[in-house]
Amino acid sequence: MSLLNVQNLEVVYNDVVLVLKGLSLNVEKGSITTLLGANGAGKSTTLKAISGLLEGEDGKATSGTILYKGKPMSSKSPEKTVRQGIFQVMEGRRIFEDLTVEENLRCGAYTQPAKNFSTNLEKVYTYFPRLRERRTQLAGYMSGGEQQMLAIGRSVMACPELLLLDEPSLGLAPLLVEEIFDIVKKINKEEGVTVLLVEQNARMALSLADYGYIMENGRIVMDGKGSELLHNPDVQEFYLGLSHGGEKRSYRDVKHYRRRKRWLG
Amino acid sequence: MEYYLQLIINGLVVGSIYSLVALGFVIIYKATKVVNFAQGEMVMAGAYICFALTVQYQIPFALAFVMTLAFSVLLGLLIERMVLRPLIGEPIISVVMVTIGLSSILKSLVQVFWGTQIRVFPSILPQEPFILMGLPIAPVYIAAFGLCILLFAIFSLFFKYSSVGIAMRATAFDQQAAQSMGIGIKNIFALSWCIAAVVSSIGGIILGNINGINSQLGHLGLKVFPAVILGGLDSLLGAALGGLIIGVLENVCEGLARELLNLGGFKEVASFVVLVIILMVKPHGLFGTEEIERV
Repeated sequence: MSLLNVQNLEVVYNDVVLVLKGLSLNVEKGSITTLLGANGAGKSTTLKAISGLLEGEDGKATSGTILYKGKPMSSKSPEKTVRQGIFQVMEGRRIFEDLTVEENLRCGAYTQPAKNFSTNLEKVYTYFPRLRERRTQLAGYMSGGEQQMLAIGRSVMACPELLLLDEPSLGLAPLLVEEIFDIVKKINKEEGVTVLLVEQNARMALSLADYGYIMENGRIVMDGKGSELLHNPDVQEFYLGLSHGGEKRSYRDVKHYRRRKRWLG
Repeated sequence: MEYYLQLIINGLVVGSIYSLVALGFVIIYKATKVVNFAQGEMVMAGAYICFALTVQYQIPFALAFVMTLAFSVLLGLLIERMVLRPLIGEPIISVVMVTIGLSSILKSLVQVFWGTQIRVFPSILPQEPFILMGLPIAPVYIAAFGLCILLFAIFSLFFKYSSVGIAMRATAFDQQAAQSMGIGIKNIFALSWCIAAVVSSIGGIILGNINGINSQLGHLGLKVFPAVILGGLDSLLGAALGGLIIGVLENVCEGLARELLNLGGFKEVASFVVLVIILMVKPHGLFGTEEIERV
């Protein structure tokens, strides 16, 4: 069953800049779906259009529909979307630095009834034992990895049905990225949270995801099951840096790269 | 010696009113990052409403007090809704200019209705001074001081432990991230203006009981700047101590200047001299947050 369905979405910033040019995607309930693409392709914009956070950035969805559980939900305010069960973990972690770890988690639980707070808190501390150690510390003094854990922990506090994750691997060491992705997988399995994951780290995202979309210039150019995309020769070439034989490509062949890329877009 | 002790006590009482007004200022700044130049006029509005209710309409003081607070809530909501909400996302300088405009509008409204002469509140508390360690202290002073401490305790607990208080601090740090948590930032803004209007009105009512009120009461808002900058713009504790320190300082400076140099008028200047010094030595104030930098 599809939980989220986006059809022909167009988003314009400042009334001039057309960022999404008719984007469509579908997220199955209980799945992990990933959205890949180069910088400026419109991945974060897509997430913000879904969560309603566009309004603070002078962006507007000018056409298209977003169906959540089969009902249209465009032009809703972000606080309403959170109450409906869609929670976005923003790019760059965006934790509240001068609040303690536990106060940050309380912000995540803002829309939840107070009686669920301690069970949810316990849940977060089980997923991220390191947060428990630092519960009274100011969040701004934590390392990047811990801050990302806190950002994801905050989302768990809100008990979402659909979790929008924007580049959780940003600026983290490879081992930490793996740890965080493992936990995302666990949350998906154990809490039944559907995940829409935006990533630059294509290999990691595709190996985790059930289904993947590849974006370029505000459109979806390719989609398929995670494992299929991982073995697709074009994806290997453009996003994973491998040639058809699986070896690293020579920089001399870059002209060829350009020609193919134009065809792809 | 007794003269100076008396000065210090006066200073503490005036200072506690500065603290209250500074509290309103800090709450607005903390939650919305708006520097509110109309804070003093909000004090004045509250004081005049209470005056009108008790003197002109003959309503008993306790009831008038509650009605004034209700009016302040309305005033805060109205200001946020009509004046500041359209400015969300505009440059900070425009917002500051608008609050300056707001201050003149409030001041003129008060002059339209009540004129410019000094008005005196009927005395509610007994006039008989209370003797503390041989010093006579007016009961209204003690009540003022106690009320301020009580309000500070309440708001400190509110910001530390209630989820709305924490949400207000989160909104102050990062509005968009707060929105993504499902925090309705417009409600948070409205709430902070309400709280600011209420504490300012309480300050105004206390002042009215001590000195009487006139249309220049709004200048008090300027005195609050040294207090909050000394304490740190976004610290409640800072606002409390900053207000008290400025209050004591200006009274003692005035007294010293009168005694030693035979000069008057130091009261108005002293706090701003302090302000300049603080900005040079400790620009974040005593308790203000410095930016967290991870290395």
